Amino acid sequence: MMKPGTLILHAAARFLVPLQLLFSVFLLLRGHNEPGGGFIAGLVASGAFALYLFTFGAAVTRDLMRVDPRNLIGAGLFMGMISIFPAVLSGEPFLTAQWWPVMLPGGTEIKLSTPLIFDIGVYFTVFGSVMMMLIGLTEAEEH
Amino acid sequence: MQVAVLVIYLAALLAPWLFARQQFRAAWFLALVPAALTVWFASFVPAIAAGEVIVHEYGWLPGLDISFTMVLDGLSLLFALLICGIGTFIVLYAGSYLKGDTAQGRFLVVLMAFMGSMLGLVLADNLITLFVFWELTSITSYLLIGYNHHQAAARKAALQGLIVTVGGGLALLAGFIMLGAMAGSFSVQEILNGSEVITAHPWYLGMMICVLLGAFTKSAQFPFHFWLPNAMAAPTPVSAYLHSATMVKAGIYLLARLHPELGGTDFWVMTLTGFGAFTMLTGAFMAVRSTDMKKLLAYSTVMALGSLTFLLGVSTELAMIAFAAYLLAHSLYKGALFMLAGIVDHEAGSRDVTEVGGLRKQLPLSAGLTLVATLSLAGIPPLFGFVAKEALLETMLEGGIFVMLMALVVVASILVVTVAAVVALRPFFGAFKAPKAKADIHEPPIPMLAGPIVLVALSVIAGFIPGMVGAWITLPASMAVAGAPIEGYLALWHGFNVPLLLSAVSLAIGGFLYTRWDALRARLQVLDPMVSRGPERGYFYFMDAIVWIAEWQTRKLQNGSMRNYLRTIVLTFVVVTGYTLLTRYQLHWNWNVDLYFHEFVAASILVAAAVAASITHSRLGAVAAMGAVGFSVAFIFILFSAPDLGITQILVETLTVILLVLVLFRLPSFSNISTTAERIRDAAVALTVGVLMMFLIMITIDVQLFEPISAYMIENSYPLAHGRNIVNVILVDYRALDTLGEIFVLALAAMGVYAMIKFNPQTSPGANHFAGTLILPPKKVPEQHIVHSLDEIHQKMLEDQNILATSDDDEDADDSDDIVAPDTSSEHPRGDYPHNDDTEKKGDKDL
Repeated sequence: MMKPGTLILHAAARFLVPLQLLFSVFLLLRGHNEPGGGFIAGLVASGAFALYLFTFGAAVTRDLMRVDPRNLIGAGLFMGMISIFPAVLSGEPFLTAQWWPVMLPGGTEIKLSTPLIFDIGVYFTVFGSVMMMLIGLTEAEEH
Repeated sequence: MQVAVLVIYLAALLAPWLFARQQFRAAWFLALVPAALTVWFASFVPAIAAGEVIVHEYGWLPGLDISFTMVLDGLSLLFALLICGIGTFIVLYAGSYLKGDTAQGRFLVVLMAFMGSMLGLVLADNLITLFVFWELTSITSYLLIGYNHHQAAARKAALQGLIVTVGGGLALLAGFIMLGAMAGSFSVQEILNGSEVITAHPWYLGMMICVLLGAFTKSAQFPFHFWLPNAMAAPTPVSAYLHSATMVKAGIYLLARLHPELGGTDFWVMTLTGFGAFTMLTGAFMAVRSTDMKKLLAYSTVMALGSLTFLLGVSTELAMIAFAAYLLAHSLYKGALFMLAGIVDHEAGSRDVTEVGGLRKQLPLSAGLTLVATLSLAGIPPLFGFVAKEALLETMLEGGIFVMLMALVVVASILVVTVAAVVALRPFFGAFKAPKAKADIHEPPIPMLAGPIVLVALSVIAGFIPGMVGAWITLPASMAVAGAPIEGYLALWHGFNVPLLLSAVSLAIGGFLYTRWDALRARLQVLDPMVSRGPERGYFYFMDAIVWIAEWQTRKLQNGSMRNYLRTIVLTFVVVTGYTLLTRYQLHWNWNVDLYFHEFVAASILVAAAVAASITHSRLGAVAAMGAVGFSVAFIFILFSAPDLGITQILVETLTVILLVLVLFRLPSFSNISTTAERIRDAAVALTVGVLMMFLIMITIDVQLFEPISAYMIENSYPLAHGRNIVNVILVDYRALDTLGEIFVLALAAMGVYAMIKFNPQTSPGANHFAGTLILPPKKVPEQHIVHSLDEIHQKMLEDQNILATSDDDEDADDSDDIVAPDTSSEHPRGDYPHNDDTEKKGDKDL
């Protein structure tokens, strides 16, 4: 059913996948202050691999991803759950945001926090869920 | 005390590791835990006997009035000692009994987990915590009964026990919540010491029925007694521990615990004495009919549980004394007897009293122990069982209860003497017979004998010093049950009186019945039809009814038609929301909207695309139109400065198109399966939703019910949450719990899709059609009704809609399995699609 991609598509996919992945990480990290966030970033990342999927097929995409999408979902949910607990250690109710600002040499301040962990969890869950459906459908198609 | 419970659970976690290293010796190490706890609890005996109540507080969910506070008084101490003490010997016994079983690690885990749960149950002060432990004991009991899970009988017995006890547990939870609401607290201490008079409350009756359902199912009272004998499918250590000494007494414990506050009313007395006496008789009667040693003992346990309920029902001071004494006596001798029955089974190869006999030469020690333990069961001096039975009879005589109930109790105590004689004499005396050869039968190892030896010794010692046992152990328990100080004592010798006379008479008649036991059993067989119509049959009907209702409602509600689902959901929404809108608020007409030209264009495209999507005859066209709708919405989001929503919408639309492209080719050809009337109806439904949404939006603009919270969020977004993007701050901080729920939903949806794609119906054709039970034969589903593949489902759907002619033959049936499809030579072979007047056309095949 899936036709082998054209030359242009091949070339475009190779270049666009890393770019889109970078863009998704960018969206993820800026999400707290500018438009972006884990959900959008997850969708962009799966868009990147969807392009690859159309070009090269399911098996190659699986190889490129290295991680099974099902494991991504698990990891995402796990990070979401993990972010609940640090608040309890400091005696606050579950899910209270915890902030750990870190000064990098050179004066840049990075704010590590439980919402960030949580957002990364959302990112992985969305990414994994969409990829699981896409790859599953493509494999059914190829079969 | 919280630590005590925790330690047992930790030991449970360690069990597999220990087993892997030490094999059956693992049990010896594990037994150290309950042994140490027994000593620890025993150290509280003097303090408790002096009237102290030890409370260890620990909060859990203070906001919901749920705590892990644990309380040690006379009653819980008696139970804790039984649980840990008998538990020690059970674990030792299990190690040798299941020697060589590779799954012993699993067994020990569950056994220890049960021990922890049971201990938690009797120590918990909070009703909700108590309920959690209550259910944990049900679940561990399920796992233990079904330990030999390769046997269908064990699985069914386990499921039966679980359903009966957990079903009762649900009623109990309702009862607890009512009780908590009535008393204003979930703490048992506060309920007992509170000023509220629960018994005069209008909810008292309903609450009592719920609590009694819970207690009666757990403690196997008539008519729920049937699960207990079936639970004998469990390995013997389990029967000895859960189903005689501890778990089945949980219901009794609960009633005793709540007795001071709930007891004493007419309802309490009538129900408990009535059900108790009837359970006694049922247990004793069924025991006399049985020949399996474990069944004999199980039914006599039912009888004992009935006695305890009966005593709680009488609720005089004397009854409380008798209650604690009977509880202790029963646990001691019954635990020992079960372990001994297990030894007979283990060594001689059978525990059916008609198959074994004359084992006294091979198993002299076991024979002696059994004899002494059954003396206690029959209530013969100087055993502690005699003391307890005397107290029971005395209570009954002075309690002022119906003569009929007294008759039931007396008959039951006669029959139990016969049962005791059967258990003691049949396997060990008479001519030798056993499935195993004489030379192979020998006394079991010491760990298996340790329990019976100690428990029987305690029965004897307690019988000689009943005063002391009473003062230290049972009287504090009695006082806790009565909720007031009690004057009284236990004694072996009360002088010549009516109870003694009754005892003597029951011994004589019981002994006489034993000599005629075989004839008696043959006679009792005429009652078999009546017994088979007992409450257990009700259970099977209930289970069948559940399957039937599930099938019915699946057929009606979950019929797999997407249009039906959507119509139901949408109409419910319209009716409920529309009703509220019309009755609580007026409809608002607000057409004064300033509209820029580009906004008007965007909205027009949106509407046009939606209309196109609903009238097109091409699937690709519909997809494209829906895409146009999505992008117009995204455009409108961006116009009204919601970039996050806009981006998300665009991305979702893009991925939707990709997904659709992937599935498009797999879908059956576009076909019109609705009549014109149906489509007009669906359009009407869709229009109502649209109109309702319009009015809802209009009212949102006009009416401000609450102060909007957006101001608060905008104000605090940076100072509190360190983020300037409020949408994201809401998602990951303000409402992070909602988002957490949503990502779980997303993950589940993805798994559902994945399963749907990967699931191969051929591997399990119609597996769900065989929810058979014990009495109804497994359902024979005609082969043509079993669905083998997704294609067939689609085929079936089209047939139902009169699009396709019915096809009788089934391609998959020939190569699938042993059920041979009736080969009805088909009049309409596959592919023959006669035209039907109901349908307008077959469908466009333009994809």
